[in-house]
Amino acid sequence: MFGKLSLSAIPYHEPITMGAVGGAVLLGLVLMGLVTYYRKWTYLYNEWLTSLDHKKIGIMYIIIAVVMLLRGFSDAILMRAQQAVAAGGSLGFLSPDHFNQIFSAHGSIMIIFMAMPFLAGLVNIVVPQQIGSRDVAFPFLNSLSLWLTAAGALLIMVSLGVGEFSKAGWSGYAPLTEIEYSPDVGVDYWIWAFQIAGLGSTLTGINFIVTIIKMRAPGMTLMRLPLFVWTTFFTMVLVVWAFPVLTAALALLTLDRYLGMHFFTNALGGNQMLYVNLFWTWAHPEVYILILPAFGVFSEVTATFSGKRLFGYTSMVWATVVITVLSFAVWMHHFFTMGASPNVNLFFGIATMLIGIPTGVKTFNWLFTMYRGRIRFSTPMYWTLGAIVTFVIGGTSGVLLSLPSANYVLHNSLFVIGHFHNTIIPGAVFGFFAGFYYWFPKAVGFRLEESWGKRAFWCWLIGFLLAFVPLYVLGFMGMPRRMAFYATPSWHLPLMVAALGVAVIMLGILFQGIQLLVSFKERRALRDPTGDPWDGRTLEWMTSSPPAVYNFAKIPAVDEIDALTEMKEKGVAYGRPDQYDDIEMPKNAPHGLILGGFAFVFGFAMVWYIWWLAILAALGMLFTVIARSMDDDIHYVIPAAEVERIENERYLELAAVTK
Amino acid sequence: MKRNKHSILVGLSSLSATTLLGGCSSILLFDPKGPIGEAERFVIIAAIVLMLIVVIPVYIMAFWFPRKYRASNTESTYMPKWSHSAKIEFFMWGVPVAIVTALAILAWTSTHSLDPYKPIPSTDKPVNIEAVCLDWKWLFIYPDQNIATVNQITFPVNVPVSFKITSDTVMASFFIPQLGSQIYAMAGMQTRLHLLANKPGTYAGHNQQFTGSGYADMHFEAKAVSKEEFQSWVQKIRQSPEKLDLDRYEKLAKPRVGYHPVTYFSSVKPDLFGYILRKYNPTMGKHHGPMSRSSVSTHPRPDVAEAN
Repeated sequence: MFGKLSLSAIPYHEPITMGAVGGAVLLGLVLMGLVTYYRKWTYLYNEWLTSLDHKKIGIMYIIIAVVMLLRGFSDAILMRAQQAVAAGGSLGFLSPDHFNQIFSAHGSIMIIFMAMPFLAGLVNIVVPQQIGSRDVAFPFLNSLSLWLTAAGALLIMVSLGVGEFSKAGWSGYAPLTEIEYSPDVGVDYWIWAFQIAGLGSTLTGINFIVTIIKMRAPGMTLMRLPLFVWTTFFTMVLVVWAFPVLTAALALLTLDRYLGMHFFTNALGGNQMLYVNLFWTWAHPEVYILILPAFGVFSEVTATFSGKRLFGYTSMVWATVVITVLSFAVWMHHFFTMGASPNVNLFFGIATMLIGIPTGVKTFNWLFTMYRGRIRFSTPMYWTLGAIVTFVIGGTSGVLLSLPSANYVLHNSLFVIGHFHNTIIPGAVFGFFAGFYYWFPKAVGFRLEESWGKRAFWCWLIGFLLAFVPLYVLGFMGMPRRMAFYATPSWHLPLMVAALGVAVIMLGILFQGIQLLVSFKERRALRDPTGDPWDGRTLEWMTSSPPAVYNFAKIPAVDEIDALTEMKEKGVAYGRPDQYDDIEMPKNAPHGLILGGFAFVFGFAMVWYIWWLAILAALGMLFTVIARSMDDDIHYVIPAAEVERIENERYLELAAVTK
Repeated sequence: MKRNKHSILVGLSSLSATTLLGGCSSILLFDPKGPIGEAERFVIIAAIVLMLIVVIPVYIMAFWFPRKYRASNTESTYMPKWSHSAKIEFFMWGVPVAIVTALAILAWTSTHSLDPYKPIPSTDKPVNIEAVCLDWKWLFIYPDQNIATVNQITFPVNVPVSFKITSDTVMASFFIPQLGSQIYAMAGMQTRLHLLANKPGTYAGHNQQFTGSGYADMHFEAKAVSKEEFQSWVQKIRQSPEKLDLDRYEKLAKPRVGYHPVTYFSSVKPDLFGYILRKYNPTMGKHHGPMSRSSVSTHPRPDVAEAN
């Protein structure tokens, strides 16, 4: 009846796990209790869960990202603590199997359920506004993407308390992930969480490519797009190219595990090297998927806070194109030590180095944007400068790893861990934070308190350096990654420093929490009545904060890069139109939420071999899709009078501050 | 010729490395004990030095520009529309291109000369060792001596060691940091690695690719000794009561968590290594002969001919 599922799947004997499960369940109950107490279920359902508004979807993505950041970071604390104590004969406080689950979950969560939703959130909030559009091309698809991501995230969270997570790393190399070597449900949780969320990402990719191509305001030619839109565009191109490869690789692995096939097994013609190639064909572009939008954020932030047009716009666009194309020609640098010939290794090694060129160009462009500017040091600028300074080290270590001959000794060592955290934390996470602080007033309506933000920044920066510079040293000391314990005494000291670094980052996260609370308390004083708190240069700063559901009452016409700056200079930025028109917007729809729910049930049923439930959930998905397709009444009209009323309120508020 | 040029650079680089790190011997990659490791240390240091050419100016600008052009400094030039300069753009593309070109040349020469499949030239005949990754220990077979060990290898100093590597379980990576290059171990496939120790000593070796529950215990000792000591070591192993026949091998291959103590086998079933390969890949030719064409597709690549 319940497949492999029984009460013994709950890890009663693991106090750390049970503590985490208890905490999560308790927190969930408290939240649900609060919603019930304040009678907000209808509000939550009508205004948020079923919303097709890209701004609200964006905010929900970021909430998922923040929750999963906390989860992934808890894993990081456990790993660093384990390696700080498990030295010289001590086995530490985590069993190897538990430790292996933790690092597998950490990687999976941080990439797929922290960075991806954070990116999707920022893109959702900002891109339609930056191109002067009222919505994305496919609002319903957008909601579906969100709920598929949420379903995947929930599946990973459930694996904590029901069964276990994969013990084979976030990259899930076959044949270790084959049924022969990993007979437990952990790998299946990993597969289905990735599959479901990956489908959501692919749909997001399609959605934003079409949005950017088709929904730009009149006059916004490609070479007038804000840089963030450009980098988002190429990120989404990468998503659409790369994610299907992951889907295929995982599908083949699923056939191996569920139906006894032999795509990646050791014997009977299976080819493990094929899995590794397919995985990195997705996973390397995935790195650029995360980093490109952050590069876009840095470009926006540097230009805005330097009060100056972005230096070398055309170079920036072409650098992005080059990175996009090259990112598909480098995947083999993840396994130079597989035994390929020097010429094969060199093709991929040199292609990897070439990526250093456009990346370097981007760095120079940001620096020369500051040159001859008037730089205001607000929190977004702090994160940007911190990112530039630290990302350079990550880039350097990356180019070093791209030399096959150097890689032969550095591969799979902690040097590699140092390197990719050094690219993803400054390159992507700092960029997302910069974007978060930059666009927070736009999305929510009030600015974030600055002093706690700066304290958080310094903790993150110093903590980051303390946590990851020792890993570079440990790589040179010959320490492999993923060690549950170790006998070499000289590795102990750097690992203690790294653990201290994580503690400092934890302080940074705590300060960010305090900052949110303080800002919420002071939200009236921090209110952004103008919609343009930073003297912005692009169209999103034209709308009110938070924007009306339709963003723009009149679609703006664009004839320059930095469209808003140009309008401000001409004095036409906030002009009142002669008359308003009716606006047609998509109605809320529950189908995305329902499909996400069925996808979660389907994933869970597949993990535990509960076939009847999997079939029911699949049928549920099918009928929901059919029901949605039959629904022709998917729009509603905001009458011109209502638009005028909303806009007049905005002009009143605007007049009050400009007086 | 090339070797000479390299050795000067290696000397220089090792000098700078020792000064930099105060000769700290726990930084294994900067304290190599053989030519492969030494050359790889040179590559690492040379690449870092080359990259500093671009990193240092970036750092200067990253601190100088924000300071000089801070909003409170109204003395500095402010040009809000200035966004293009052909001269600056030339340098911002040109300098990285030049450095990457130099790095590519470094990569090209070193990756060819440090190909793990390439035999190390020597007047001595290489010592052949067949390494097999098991859950979770390393089995080493000396086909020429007909002996085998677990978690320990011994070989003469200044004599090339020629490894044939495979796995009887999941994918692993064979690595002795102070001697240089690692290479994957994969079931049904044979990879190659050539190393040489030029100083006697005991060096740590381990699996560098995560393989599951017992992974952290997959370390072994690599002992470089004099030729005489090697001969007496072989004699010692031949005295061992343990013999590695098929039954004993299957027992050994069973997964077992925890460090497997060093074990010696005085004899080995003939062509055990080939037997392990053919468990997964029946088309695999006998490992002593040239591989059959049909197996190439499931194989990283055939050996580099010993002749070159």
